[in-house]
Amino acid sequence: MSEPAAEIAHQFVDAGQQRDAATFGMWIFLCTEVLLFGALFLGYTVYRLQNPETFDEAAAHTLIVAGSINTAILLVSSFCVAVAVHLAEQGERLRVTLLLCTAALLGALFLAVKAYEYHLKIQEGLFPGQAFHFSGPHSQGVEMFFVLYFTMTGLHALHVAVGVAVLTGYGVAVLLAQRPARLATAVDLAGLYWHFVDIVWVFLFPLFYLVGRAP
Amino acid sequence: MTSTQRNALALALLMMLLGVTLGAAYLDLGVLHTPAAMLIGLVKAVLIVLIFMRLRPSGPLVMLAFAAGLFWLLIMFTLTLGDYFTRA
Repeated sequence: MSEPAAEIAHQFVDAGQQRDAATFGMWIFLCTEVLLFGALFLGYTVYRLQNPETFDEAAAHTLIVAGSINTAILLVSSFCVAVAVHLAEQGERLRVTLLLCTAALLGALFLAVKAYEYHLKIQEGLFPGQAFHFSGPHSQGVEMFFVLYFTMTGLHALHVAVGVAVLTGYGVAVLLAQRPARLATAVDLAGLYWHFVDIVWVFLFPLFYLVGRAP
Repeated sequence: MTSTQRNALALALLMMLLGVTLGAAYLDLGVLHTPAAMLIGLVKAVLIVLIFMRLRPSGPLVMLAFAAGLFWLLIMFTLTLGDYFTRA
């Protein structure tokens, strides 16, 4: 029991300090991510303030059912990861692997739904560029909405894809580890990243799917 | 309350808020439409940060780092929108 849960690198006094440093570093990274996505949310705000009715009109063309299902998928997968982090700290192996792989699978499902949506939008001619066509008076503003839609959900989807790889990787690593408790901090950090990705979606969802639904 | 129970409660609340925000989207709230949706989003984010991400037990240093991130976000929004709103 007195054995340390993790290998302590020589620059740290004890396991607690090492864990705190890792957690602190992850939050700093997440702050840079907040600013990365923040700039895009700011761009959305400015264009929306310039073309309010246009954005209402354009947003009616996103699939609200797909967006809602994807929100639920990410929330459930975040829950799985939160429980996995707790169990990993207690040195559990099988349940941690199962929960992490379930979360990763849900992430993959999210990407599948997203790919289906992209496919439909591209077929409808709503992908910005030369092939873009929208019959209506505000065609330019609608195109701007879809520039933001594809950029922001695309960057988010990239984050989900990275998260799926990381969660799967740690799921396997915990299963194969001699002492799974040594991976507890790593699982915790992967979890923080996954929850952050969830939070970004929580804000993307109302801005792209819920706008312009009122009668 | 055990950690798993706390997480399950958070998930239940988050799902409930998803339902609320979907319902609110179809109500005629006028100009309050987007602010209401963003407020619900904010409540969801707070639940995730406090319960799933365990911000408070992570200690003052992490809380300060997180607050600094939000503060920089605030600077970015305030200065940019200040410009757009006051341009002639």
